[in-house]
Amino acid sequence: MAEAAVRAVALACPNCGGQVELRGFANTLTATCPSCFTVLDTSTPAVSILRTFGKKQRYTPVIPLGSRGDFDGVKYEVIGFQIRTVKEDDEVWHWSEYLLFNPYNGFRYLTEYNGHWNFVTPVRGLPARVTSRHRPAYKWQGRTYRHFSTSIAKTEFVLGEFPWRVVVDETVRAEDYVTPPYILSAERTQDETTWSHGEYLDGRQIWRAFKLKGSPPRVQGIFLNQPSPYTGTAGGIIKVAAILEVALVALLIFFIFFSGNRTVLRESHQFQQGTRGETSFVTPVFDLTGRLSNVEVQTRTDLDNHWMFVGYALIDTDTGQGYDFGREVSYYHGRDSDGDWSEGGKVDKAIVPSVPSGRYYLRVEPEAEPSSPSINYEIVVQRDVPNFIWFMIAALLIPLPAIALAWRGFRFEYERWQQSDYGSVGTSSGDD
Amino acid sequence: MIKTGSCPSCGAPVEFRWSSSVQTVCEFCRSILVRTDVDLEKVGKVADLPANASPIQIGTEGVYANRPFAVAGRIIYEYSQGNWNEWHLVFNDGTSGWLSDAQLAYDVSFREDGFQLPAAGDLQPGVSLRFGTLQFEVTSVTHARYAGVQGELPFQYWDKTEVPFVDIRALDGHFGTLDYSEDAPLLFLGEAVEFESLKLSNLRSFEGWN
Repeated sequence: MAEAAVRAVALACPNCGGQVELRGFANTLTATCPSCFTVLDTSTPAVSILRTFGKKQRYTPVIPLGSRGDFDGVKYEVIGFQIRTVKEDDEVWHWSEYLLFNPYNGFRYLTEYNGHWNFVTPVRGLPARVTSRHRPAYKWQGRTYRHFSTSIAKTEFVLGEFPWRVVVDETVRAEDYVTPPYILSAERTQDETTWSHGEYLDGRQIWRAFKLKGSPPRVQGIFLNQPSPYTGTAGGIIKVAAILEVALVALLIFFIFFSGNRTVLRESHQFQQGTRGETSFVTPVFDLTGRLSNVEVQTRTDLDNHWMFVGYALIDTDTGQGYDFGREVSYYHGRDSDGDWSEGGKVDKAIVPSVPSGRYYLRVEPEAEPSSPSINYEIVVQRDVPNFIWFMIAALLIPLPAIALAWRGFRFEYERWQQSDYGSVGTSSGDD
Repeated sequence: MIKTGSCPSCGAPVEFRWSSSVQTVCEFCRSILVRTDVDLEKVGKVADLPANASPIQIGTEGVYANRPFAVAGRIIYEYSQGNWNEWHLVFNDGTSGWLSDAQLAYDVSFREDGFQLPAAGDLQPGVSLRFGTLQFEVTSVTHARYAGVQGELPFQYWDKTEVPFVDIRALDGHFGTLDYSEDAPLLFLGEAVEFESLKLSNLRSFEGWN
């Protein structure tokens, strides 16, 4: 006894005689006349007038009634639209709710506030009341939703059809619990609690789903279940930073173990600044072996409240090519009204980077004040020395982007929760 | 027990397609007929059913918990927020179940005997109830009106007036209804289901939705 296709019905508005088409079939209990904005009770064959909206009380939905769009693979039609409000102190907040209908899958909702959207599904089970970090929370299907705010919500304007009897100006106690991008909402009346579950959507997703022209309303502020743009990326960046730090430590260990760090020359000299003769000399030839790597030249002196300058040239015996560099070594110390002080040091280290292997010698040209006493110094040449300063700098720089992102993520969450009943700038409804 | 007979009111042939069925409605004159050992007895007549847009109809087939079922009958109730259907499911092993469609929100439930049920007056939203291992909470008390029957039912059910229903829900999505329309209340336990999960076929079609 299969029945014929269910026909959409149209009825005549008892107020203006205009045609009111029912897209929700017999599920519709309340409908508004598109011509005169009269709210009609369609639950009985004798359609009765509930109320009428004057011109100033009307709102226009940004998604037109009758639009169809796919969500989770199911096609839904927008059949109803309502404006709901919350009054806090002297401020009134408006948001839009779109009722979506599919004759098989039933009803869903889209909510919009300041360009923030949620796809809302009725909850058929019973969320469990818990506490999360000292705040009321509910647990539902494995997720914990923290209390965000409680307010008294009023239906201000309706357009289209609804599967319930609409009572304009009716109020409910609305509680919102969040774990971004999800929201769990309870609407409580004296008799019943109705739960619903929302997932945050970008306006552009809605526009694509309905194939709407133009662009969605501009997003303003942070919404209570808006996913933080920093949690996902910060997580990724922290991971990358951690991997880089581990790689750095591995590289450091590699350098410590595999750096040659070979002493290729160690010579002691004595220098007295004189007036006569050439002070420069050359060292014996030494071999620099292995891969292309650095050479460290140490000048170890016994200076005491004096300075010396050493002009060095590291010269390749085969090509004659030289690396010239000058080093000043000075060590001063004393005592004044602030106590002991010292400046400089007796030992200087200079690094010549990227020296190819070969046979080399050093040309050394020391200088000092003529008044200096005789200076004893030692030249130590080491091949392939691990250089820790770059590791230190890298180790400090790598986590910086992650720290910056974590900070911005913290700010985002702070601003989100500032708008809740727990914010320090008073929007608390104070009934918890 | 008879499988077929003729309507004692109009003489049209009447067939019981399910051996567990006790009551049916004559498709021609809408007399409510119950089976007796020898005959069919007319016990009442169904008035026009209220307008209802359930996509389910008698003959719809589907699967619940891997068990195939067919829709054999229906009870329709009215309350302050519209009406809803209790579709009588007959599973292929002959057992009965119920698919509730309340404005396209679906629940599957089964009659559970053997539990001591509290008096209707003791139940209001928030009251806790325990059946077996499941802990329930009363979520709503509905004063419904019986609005008609269709097809085959596993028990006699007709000519009711006010029917108090108590809906109960458990934390894990389990659902139940206590039906206080009989002297001895009935308990149905089940769960909320998604439309897609029932893999329903032979559904009604809707203008503009094909």
